[in-house]
Amino acid sequence: MLKEKINELKKALLESSNLAEKMVRESIQGLLKKDENLLEKVMKKKEPMMNESEIKIDRMCTNLIARFQPEASYLRTILMVFRINYELERIGDLAVNISESARFLIKRPEVKPLIDIPMMADISMEMLRDSINSFVDIDTEVAKNVLERDSIVDGLRDQILRELITFMAADPSTIERSIHLIRISRNLERIADLSTNICEDVIFMVEGKIVKHKKDNRI
Amino acid sequence: MESEVLKISNLSAGYFDNNVLKNINMIVPEKKVVAIMGPSGCGKSTLIRCINRMHETTNGAKQSGEIFLRGKNIYELHSILVRRKIGMVFQRPNPFPTMSIYDNVISGYLLNGIKLKKSERDFIVEDSLKKAFLWEEVKDTLHKKGNFLSGGQQQRLCIARALAMKPEILLLDEPTSALDPKATVRIEELIVNLKETVSILLVTHNISQAARVSDFTAFMYLGELVEFGTTDSVFTLPKHKKTEEYLTGKFG
Repeated sequence: MLKEKINELKKALLESSNLAEKMVRESIQGLLKKDENLLEKVMKKKEPMMNESEIKIDRMCTNLIARFQPEASYLRTILMVFRINYELERIGDLAVNISESARFLIKRPEVKPLIDIPMMADISMEMLRDSINSFVDIDTEVAKNVLERDSIVDGLRDQILRELITFMAADPSTIERSIHLIRISRNLERIADLSTNICEDVIFMVEGKIVKHKKDNRI
Repeated sequence: MESEVLKISNLSAGYFDNNVLKNINMIVPEKKVVAIMGPSGCGKSTLIRCINRMHETTNGAKQSGEIFLRGKNIYELHSILVRRKIGMVFQRPNPFPTMSIYDNVISGYLLNGIKLKKSERDFIVEDSLKKAFLWEEVKDTLHKKGNFLSGGQQQRLCIARALAMKPEILLLDEPTSALDPKATVRIEELIVNLKETVSILLVTHNISQAARVSDFTAFMYLGELVEFGTTDSVFTLPKHKKTEEYLTGKFG
């Protein structure tokens, strides 16, 4: 009985993570294609769906704990779903932040061609997808691989910041647009961070190793 | 809105001067499991004995109020007909000791003088035993006496016996309290499965069991129905303080 319910819970979480990924992808696509309708969709339609999903999964977890008093791996799984659910809702919020900045930028001339931001977005979304898969499949190798990619995203964020500082210093009229670009890169970097949080929890759940709070995510 | 198979209306009952049930109002929805939980002596068993009209057979029994089975007042029907439509399984497995497994299942028809063709009898026996998750274990020994089975198997035989009469609702009075943990798990799986076929009213003193298997939960205390709601809501956010206290182990 409980096993089936846990499978239903994981399925709901997968649907939620697909929604979160879609929100991030569409917010970046809206920026690249200058598609304001797509950005509005992320902010006005998808965000409420994400919030509803968070409440629904929260309730499912609470009911399972209240009704079945799960132990051992079932308990750890449900507690992890609680945490991942929260991270996914945060990712939805970050996608909204990206959309807001994108909506500002698409109405104005580009500061520079967008190359690093789409690259950051691709890596962050891949990390998110893999982190969820590592949880569903209980695969610590995939989880560890995600942790190693975090430094790439951090590197891109730093690179974007350095470049934009140069632009802002040379031309103060680019400051407002640059700040929005920095905000987007910062939000993408946060998405990667939240994905590593998920993977750290998977590693702890399976191996009992605490890899949180290590600066270089060495395992 | 769920359709209801059983409706209890202002039911009070007791023995001599003792009032055991006080003005109970409750429904059992179609194809759902309703668990009745509460401390010992709260009136759970008296309630279900009223439902299948066994309470009135007790010396000194008294009752008032109404119980409707699919809209028909059960006190306006013959009690034997009521007990066909409202199956009951007791705490202690009680297969008829002199009957074979086969005859135990169709005993309701045999004892009521209802004649069936062999093919009909065979079908009812197999169908009921399959629904009770017992067929595979006994299909080659149907001629053997029922009390050669284990406790858990005997209880499933009793459930099959009740199901054979195609009841509208099945009353289970602490069906696992005399069984070992493995047999208990089997019965709980059976209960969850059975609700596709028949509505179930389960009396249990085991809070965890009520939480695991039921769709709705009723909490009784000192003869009163204190709270009734979905099991999710009763176990996560009970409305009544007494329910909260019972669930958190302050009494019971």
